[in-house]
Amino acid sequence: MSSRATIDVSDLPDFAFGSRSIMWWATVWTIAIEGAVFAATIATYFYLQGNEKSWPPADTPLPGLFWPTVNVLVLLLSLLPNQIVKNAAERCDLRTVRIGMVVADLFAVAFVVVRVFEFHHLNVRWDSNAYGSITWTLLGFHTFHLVTDLADSIVLTVLMFSRHGHAPKRFVDVAENSFYWYFVVISWIPIYAVLYWSPRVL
Amino acid sequence: MLMNVLTYAALVHESVLDPAGTHARTIAGLWSVFLWVTAAIYVLVMVALVIALMRRGKHDAAETPRGTYAAVWVAGAASVMVLFALLTASILTGRAVAEERSEPLRITLTGRQWWWQIDYEDADPSRRITSANEITVPVGVPVTIHLHSSDVIHSFWVPSLNGKRDLIPGHDGTITILAERAGLFRGQCAEFCGVQHAKMALWVNAVEPAIYARWVEGSRKTARTPSTPSEIAGLQVFLRSPCPLCHTIQGTDASGSTAPDLTHLASRRSLGADSLPNTRAALTGWIRDAQQAKPGCQMPAIDLRSEELNALVDYLGSLQ
Amino acid sequence: MTGTDVMPYSSTDDAAQHEVLQKTWAPRRGLFSWFFQIDHHSIGRRFLFTAFVWFGCGGILAALMRVQLAKPNNTFLSADRYNQIFTLHGITMMFLFGVPVMEALAVYVIPLMLGTRALAFPRANAYAYYLFLFAGLMVYGALFLDMAPDTGWFSYVPLASPAFAPGKRVDIWAELVNFTEISALIVAVEIVVTILKQRAPGMSIHRMPLYVWSMLVTALMIIFAMPSVMVASNFIGLDRLVGTHIFNPAEGGDVLLWQHLFWFFGHPEVYIIFIPGLGIVSSIVTVFCRRPVFGYTAMVLSLVATAFMGFGLWVHHMFATGLPQSGESFFTAASMMIAIPSGVQIFCWIATIWLGRPSYRPPFMFVLGFFAVFVIGGLSGVMVASVPLDIQLHDTFFVVAHLHYVLIGGAVFPLLGGIFYWFPKMTGRLMHEGLGHASFWLVFIGFNVTFFPMHKLGLSGMPRRVYTYLPETGWGALNLLATIGAGVLGLGMLLFFGNALWNMWRGRAAGADPWGGDTLEWATSSPPPHYNFLRLPVVSGREPLWHEPERAPVVAGLAADKREVLITHVFDAAPDHRYVYPSPSPWPFVAALATAAMLVGGLFTPWSFAIGLTVLAIFLTAWFWPSSPAKEGEESADSPKSGEAS
Repeated sequence: MSSRATIDVSDLPDFAFGSRSIMWWATVWTIAIEGAVFAATIATYFYLQGNEKSWPPADTPLPGLFWPTVNVLVLLLSLLPNQIVKNAAERCDLRTVRIGMVVADLFAVAFVVVRVFEFHHLNVRWDSNAYGSITWTLLGFHTFHLVTDLADSIVLTVLMFSRHGHAPKRFVDVAENSFYWYFVVISWIPIYAVLYWSPRVL
Repeated sequence: MLMNVLTYAALVHESVLDPAGTHARTIAGLWSVFLWVTAAIYVLVMVALVIALMRRGKHDAAETPRGTYAAVWVAGAASVMVLFALLTASILTGRAVAEERSEPLRITLTGRQWWWQIDYEDADPSRRITSANEITVPVGVPVTIHLHSSDVIHSFWVPSLNGKRDLIPGHDGTITILAERAGLFRGQCAEFCGVQHAKMALWVNAVEPAIYARWVEGSRKTARTPSTPSEIAGLQVFLRSPCPLCHTIQGTDASGSTAPDLTHLASRRSLGADSLPNTRAALTGWIRDAQQAKPGCQMPAIDLRSEELNALVDYLGSLQ
Repeated sequence: MTGTDVMPYSSTDDAAQHEVLQKTWAPRRGLFSWFFQIDHHSIGRRFLFTAFVWFGCGGILAALMRVQLAKPNNTFLSADRYNQIFTLHGITMMFLFGVPVMEALAVYVIPLMLGTRALAFPRANAYAYYLFLFAGLMVYGALFLDMAPDTGWFSYVPLASPAFAPGKRVDIWAELVNFTEISALIVAVEIVVTILKQRAPGMSIHRMPLYVWSMLVTALMIIFAMPSVMVASNFIGLDRLVGTHIFNPAEGGDVLLWQHLFWFFGHPEVYIIFIPGLGIVSSIVTVFCRRPVFGYTAMVLSLVATAFMGFGLWVHHMFATGLPQSGESFFTAASMMIAIPSGVQIFCWIATIWLGRPSYRPPFMFVLGFFAVFVIGGLSGVMVASVPLDIQLHDTFFVVAHLHYVLIGGAVFPLLGGIFYWFPKMTGRLMHEGLGHASFWLVFIGFNVTFFPMHKLGLSGMPRRVYTYLPETGWGALNLLATIGAGVLGLGMLLFFGNALWNMWRGRAAGADPWGGDTLEWATSSPPPHYNFLRLPVVSGREPLWHEPERAPVVAGLAADKREVLITHVFDAAPDHRYVYPSPSPWPFVAALATAAMLVGGLFTPWSFAIGLTVLAIFLTAWFWPSSPAKEGEESADSPKSGEAS
């Protein structure tokens, strides 16, 4: 079939950040999926709450507030190195990306460690009653999502220290990883409010 | 018992289109409206399609005559109007069907895997009636049935009387039936409830109020005392066997509560929630090995010598 | 990047370009190469083939059920066996066929229709395929071990709760949902990203073919609907495996909660299955009436409206549970009004046929079958949307009839038409037209004889999911008729797929464009080369091949010596940047194997997930670890951009 070129794309860049990149779009839809999971789980939490006269049910103490609040602070603070990494990635500044990612990963590790204490202070077992079940499940889903993202970030950090680090594709990956971390933080706030404040306030 | 078998075979009213209750009649009216309207829509759409296929003198691909837009708009607008009309009819019918009525008669229906327990409530415990798989109601009186499940979800549905309503553990509900004429109305569990969902049927027996009063009278009595030697032996067999662990016969020591009450067993039409007709042969086979007729049901095979079994069937057959 | 009207390419240019592209995109050879392949042709074909194998299995199960129900008190199947079979039939058609087959077709067709070289995230696509394959193997393996799920595809609690469903059957159901939904979600994301970011330059959002629109809408619905059933299946898994009480009413749990979570997915699922069918109908109507579909904007808005409304009517599956009346009215209204966008599409297609010149080839015959069948399903849908009617019709054979009219009418008829239509593109050969017509009539007649009597059976009181019935009910005659119809339907299906299999090798050569198609997949050879297009096409209309100038406009400057793909803007599809796609890899297969092992292990112990996720993390690291900088286009950020090869 005979053809003629009407567009020449050889001058176009071979990577792009943000909504121009397919990685960004994949991240957006992953966030949509996980957001839908959290939404369904939170809906379940309130549905079950509607069946009980008191919430938590009688004889079940309130969940401890100290450790989750520490975790809110940890996450909010982690936004700083996260944003630094994102900016550096978009500048293709490998040095700052490397240092920033290590710092950001340390925040995530701290979060997971605090999460262990959080589980210890839920003051209910998952098999005591439906309240305990949904509390553990919601916190469990969030922990799962956090741990997988942490594992992903650590691999990416190691990759940035390897000889493969200095590639445009990697900087896009780093930027999208930072973008995703915003979702981790933003999803934690409503879950924190549901698990620790709604039984106290509502 | 022979009479039972004959009526059983002759009278099966179990159809949405054969209404015998006020609710079912109202719904059947709505059904007719929907049926004819949707049938007309279908014919119109298919005629339009066929004309479109047969049409000669097609247009050039580039042009679209203005009339096309108008036709599609008209079809779209007409659909919206017809749907609104149907929606209105549906909501009005829904209100009519859901109308609250007084409850002169209150029955509790408990769904079990795979049979129905029926309790006629009364403030005086001695006047309560407990039965299984057959509900007797007076014609012309609204009967509110309180629905309860102690295991999985079942659904109460007697098509000739009313639509269905689920029996959901933790969510008790009610449904009202009002039989307009005497008759036997069959229904089957309409929510999949496990291995024998297919054999979980029940009967509603609508009778004239005078007959109903006589039935109530008889049903409140405790079980008939065995009179023949064989019946007396049969009661002894019953009480010695594992039967009383699950079954009750009022007036005897048998007071199990996990299986159908047998106080008036012989007056029922069928066995095993309408798995078998209530004949002597069927009852004998059912006791010997219920798993033959209803595999997976809770009734175990009962190992009896044949004369014991005979006596037992004689006794149970006498429990009118 | 402009260079309007560069020199036309000569045939020597083309030969050189082919040489280089072939080297770059051809799959590797060798004994284990099957496990390495990630291109959308191989994975798409396998996906389709596997989905049709499960379809055949589901069909055999349906035939067994029809034999059992042919006469009252039949003992062909035991109650327990029947319950496993009807459950697995539903699971197969919804989870292993309905959704995957539509995604599979899109995996093959969409990149070609968009004029791009590859599907986005090809390795993830391979991973999704293997998960889907393992899902079916697991559940059919369970059937042969007498361990198949037996609580219905909807698996209501408390019937599925540990107290009433001991053993592993329901756990297998829950894991199957995890398998298939992970797979479906991954493919949905790929499809959305490919459609949004890889359209040919000039294919702005208002020039997208309607089939592409339908897949975009479907994939987005998958993204928002499927998480709900995954949440539900994990809840039931937890209740069964570690003793949570989410659905246990004795401890504050709730059984209706299950139905809300399930139908919030389950109702959109119906639209997820037939909206791609509507897209196929648009493609076929366009080509076989030689005319663009009338009312493009109305068609697109109808699809989008259907998607939104589809999320607002899940409760109409729960009318018999007893809900407040105001809620019922809302869901009745929503359920009836969703008929409007479908109606608008029907009217637009009829207008297209009215204005066009229909040619009665097999794909178009299946579309006509779609009209005759799907409209009945839509109208009986209006009936069951009405609360008073639904409390009579719900969970009866009327609903069995209704849902088959919608799903076979709305999805399978268009799908068979679509297979006939795209078969030459996929294989390079044509299916036999005479046999195509014969199979259409057998399927059409068999279908109606099977399912139309079921409306009457439901009205006569026959509930769904019963393994037998008494002779006194009078349901025997119509059931026998339905069974005879099923035989005819089965023959028609056998003829259709026999026709396809035979002509895969023996069919007449098709050439690039046997139907005079309008969309870009017909602009390349049949079957397409591994790189799809020698040079990426540039589009200036909705039917690019119908108003193509003498020399087709194409893109220059895309590297041929690496797997480079052109990424374009979301709305106007202007070229944005070039992006190098990954090369074949065995890791998706290995990772899928590990995932499958983890999920199957999860049937027995929760520790399986801890171990499995660790192993999976290692495999995924291997998957994403770049092989060598040169191969993957990993040159450092400040190196010069690579040019075109030829």
